[in-house]
Amino acid sequence: MKALNLIPVGDPADETFTLNLGPQHPATHGVLRVKLVMDGEYITSAQPVIGYIHRMHEKMGENRTWAQYLPNTSRVDYLSAMTYTHAFVGVVERALKIEVPQRAEYIRVITSELNRIASHLVGWGAWVMDLGGFTPILYAFDDREKILDLLEGICGSRLTFCYYRFGGLCNDVDEAFVSGTKAFVPYMRERMKMYKRLVTDNIILRKRLEGIGPVSAEMCRRYGACGPVLRGSGVAYDVRKAEPYSVYKDFDFDIPHYPQGDSMARYLVRMDEIEQSLRIIEQAIAKLPDGPTMGKAPRIVKLPVGDFCYATECARGRLLVRVTSDGKENPYRVRLRTPCFTNLSLFEEASKGMLLADAIAFMGSLDLVIPDIDR
Amino acid sequence: MKTFWEVLLGLKSLFTGLSITIREFFKPTITTHYPRQTETIPARFRGHIQLTQNPDGGASLCIACKSCERACPSACIIVEGVKKTDGPGKTVSEFRLDFGTCSLCGLCIEACPVKPVKAIEFTKRYNLASTTNDYADMDLVQRYKDLQAKKS
Ligand code: SF4
Ligand code: SF4
Repeated sequence: MKALNLIPVGDPADETFTLNLGPQHPATHGVLRVKLVMDGEYITSAQPVIGYIHRMHEKMGENRTWAQYLPNTSRVDYLSAMTYTHAFVGVVERALKIEVPQRAEYIRVITSELNRIASHLVGWGAWVMDLGGFTPILYAFDDREKILDLLEGICGSRLTFCYYRFGGLCNDVDEAFVSGTKAFVPYMRERMKMYKRLVTDNIILRKRLEGIGPVSAEMCRRYGACGPVLRGSGVAYDVRKAEPYSVYKDFDFDIPHYPQGDSMARYLVRMDEIEQSLRIIEQAIAKLPDGPTMGKAPRIVKLPVGDFCYATECARGRLLVRVTSDGKENPYRVRLRTPCFTNLSLFEEASKGMLLADAIAFMGSLDLVIPDIDR
Repeated sequence: MKTFWEVLLGLKSLFTGLSITIREFFKPTITTHYPRQTETIPARFRGHIQLTQNPDGGASLCIACKSCERACPSACIIVEGVKKTDGPGKTVSEFRLDFGTCSLCGLCIEACPVKPVKAIEFTKRYNLASTTNDYADMDLVQRYKDLQAKKS
């Protein structure tokens, strides 16, 4: 019987060979495996193999109550936990028509944007480290530490926040958070200037990223890529503008987008997004209304029969939570449409014919979080 | 000509990078030299849970209603109660926490109906790493008694 050979293993006739990138490779930032068929230094085919960190987050939703699923939401993409929780509480609030107090919505925006900055800083630092620059990740973690300290002060956790509740927040922010965030914005602006001089304008980085991994808007559309990958291809699509959720329509901010479609464009989108997030935080802190932080939510949450969805813009793109309820205490189905999965799927096509070292740079530009792919 | 510009740009990048590095070098260190130095733990820090000390002394505030047990997503709390000998209601006789599966979410504390002080609270213990597994199985009633004895 002929062995089933779904994955090409290389062919001695044309001197190609198979190379496994991962699942324990530092450049894949987790347990992602990419099966490469190489022709010398050039990639002829790159097939991502996923499932190494599959934790059944979707299935877990079916055997616990709505509220008990909250801790899970911060563990899917652990770097932007706030936006994931936001999507899940959003879908329940939409289904039950729970009114969320203004103050809670403003704090949600502030914490989500702080979380987005922290997430971009990690992505940026780790990416530059993949490219061979070690120092920036230390600076990035220093700044991220400041954000995590602020968030830890209000919710007690540094990574898996679990801060939002159906109808509001688990506790109000204090004066230390408000003044700390106010001080953080100008501090971070200064740091961004330094990052621009140190890394963005650096000739080595530019040479490694410019023209690498071109992704057209058409390719993004075919694979459903989103977030900075899509915006790096010149499409100004952002859920915060396209279908404004929470109180995002109260704020004045731009959607950074670059038409080049290469890794440098995706890099610049992320750097500009940090600035835009700072702008949003500044406005939200200035306008932060007084009042309660918890609306009227039922003690036992039970959704009406039906299908509900809610989309948020997390640091890596559009996250859609779709839940189906059969009126019981547990969800019938929780579906997470996560951005990293779709962003990774274009890797195979876009990396064809690339040098291996460039493929690493390209993979960094997708800013993958592996549990987000497998969930 | 192109090479010349590239060399010039490369030199500029190099010197900008070096100047930033040198400036950072003379800034105070930002790392904490654990364990010789420690950080102050914020008031809302989520450590493992414990039974809150009764401000009036005596038995724990817990009425063994099992709300926390039901609310816990990881099913890591076991509460058992016995009838109070003096008066109505129940008091807690067993409160076990399997810290190994706790997700530190705080849903148990929010579910607790005891007012005005909740019967359970987060501790500020963070250095719980261990090479064995038995640290995870916590007897919180015993812990409550130990802490009470230490206080008095
Ligand atoms: S913090 Fe969460 S996981 Fe831990 S015991 Fe309480 S409810 Fe359970
Ligand atoms: S700790 Fe609170 S919720 Fe848990 S059994 Fe005791 S009284 Fe009930």
